[in-house]
Amino acid sequence: MGWVNQDKCAIVGVGSTEYYVRGKSWPRTINDMAGEAILKACEDAGIHVSQIDGIAYYSTAGAGYLDKFDTASLMETLGIPHVGFSATLTSGGGGCPGAIGLATAGLMNEDCTYTITLMALQQLPQHRLGVVFGAAAPSPENSFLQPSGLVGPGHLMSVLARRHMHLYGTTQDAFGEIVMATRANTHNRPKAVRKKPLTKEEYDESVMLADPLRRLDFCLETDGAVAVVTTTMDRAKDCRHKPAVVHACAHGGQREWGRAFAWMGMPDPHFASSGHKFTADRVWGQSGLSAKDMDVALIYDHFSPMVLMQLEDYGFCEKGEGNDYVLSGKIRYDAKTQGGVNGGIPVNTHGGNLNEAYIIGMTHIVEGVEQVRGTAINQVKDAEFALVSGGPASLPVSSLILRSA
Amino acid sequence: MVYGPARPLPGDQISITTNPDTEPFWEAAKEHRLTACQCADCGHFRMPPSPYCPECQSTNKQWPDLPGTATVFSYAICNRNPKNGEEYVYVPIVVDLDGAPGARLNANIAGCNAEDVKIGMKVSVIWTDIQDGWVLPNFEKV
Repeated sequence: MGWVNQDKCAIVGVGSTEYYVRGKSWPRTINDMAGEAILKACEDAGIHVSQIDGIAYYSTAGAGYLDKFDTASLMETLGIPHVGFSATLTSGGGGCPGAIGLATAGLMNEDCTYTITLMALQQLPQHRLGVVFGAAAPSPENSFLQPSGLVGPGHLMSVLARRHMHLYGTTQDAFGEIVMATRANTHNRPKAVRKKPLTKEEYDESVMLADPLRRLDFCLETDGAVAVVTTTMDRAKDCRHKPAVVHACAHGGQREWGRAFAWMGMPDPHFASSGHKFTADRVWGQSGLSAKDMDVALIYDHFSPMVLMQLEDYGFCEKGEGNDYVLSGKIRYDAKTQGGVNGGIPVNTHGGNLNEAYIIGMTHIVEGVEQVRGTAINQVKDAEFALVSGGPASLPVSSLILRSA
Repeated sequence: MVYGPARPLPGDQISITTNPDTEPFWEAAKEHRLTACQCADCGHFRMPPSPYCPECQSTNKQWPDLPGTATVFSYAICNRNPKNGEEYVYVPIVVDLDGAPGARLNANIAGCNAEDVKIGMKVSVIWTDIQDGWVLPNFEKV
């Protein structure tokens, strides 16, 4: 059945800072960068920041891994006169596109009229994610994980990737193809951190950090901020750009995935998955669409194998066939035809977390907006539907389908 | 790739914390008894230990002695000590515990080369002294 809020709201503004290599944004502060992203998103929407009256966060309102956003502080410094909605999805980057659904909930409840969703990230040495996990005093729960030395997210993800390789014959060549195929989309992007096309030889020489994963299978560590403005469709018509319509959006997950790689208790086939089957099925159910109807897929790529597993969970290919799907070139973007390759659907036309920048998923939303506006740098011709996914991580994970107006 | 012998991480670098739900597991480990949290009403196993049985919502727990053997479910090969960055080959393994269906532990493996670890491999428990007098279950190749 259709979703009651289908096509009722739209993303109308996007804004971001430049993308800095980890730690290089200092002496800017988190709120300095967040403010720049918010002000640019408002300008892009054609509204004044004082019209913002809602904030829909994800990652438990986290700003990176140690800092938190505070709505009152943002109001104080930006001159936002009042808010009627201030809420967050729980857990981490899995909720990124789900926060647009949260914004929709606030808008449809008439709590607010223009909402911001944002992330800012500043990875000073003590704030690096890989360090944060290992440095934390082990809680009674993670005393069952941390002593094994599975301290960084790459360690954790490599265990899932290994199981996928065991069950389905998945190869490291497929992980490499994911990195190379999305790297091919950054050479013409001024803000991208990694622009140089990647060869298979360079990939194969990349140092093995957590076998079977190499350094290049890990996403970038970036500083910066991204914000987007969501509003109702009637207001969206008066904004500066063509609205990116919120066609379907879901967050959540099932118990078999649960705390995922912070737990490692997932039964097969959930263990070697992205944990996205639940929200994938929900957005397909909300929209009546399926993977083949998407014109472009912006798939959260903190680690290359999780792209492959999401392709399976969303149904771009069958479970266990991600290896062959990827290696047949089907995630590539062909600039000449402005379309896919070998019958596939282009993935991460912006280069993703692996190559462009890692702002915990927000860059994927921005690319989805630009694709359905028709203004993307690597534009898919006549893009009508864009899928945006959140990070495979402890639930909630989330999914968003944007539609061209 | 060739890595050579897999070693458990040094126990003097490892600390844990407990709460009343988890402490019986660690108290048993101090006595070199491998256990897992089992519902005393329906018999369902759950790890890590938690207040309620997810199958029947009972809070009654029991802590049976397990055989101490397990099967490797998945693993990674790591080559840096996470505490100091020094070269150190260790293999985090996720194991299915014999005698406790559905219960897993995350541990390190000893007694073989890292490159010889395989999913499905049988392992048995060894005990590593860690900080504050606690003892950590690790595993070696059978």
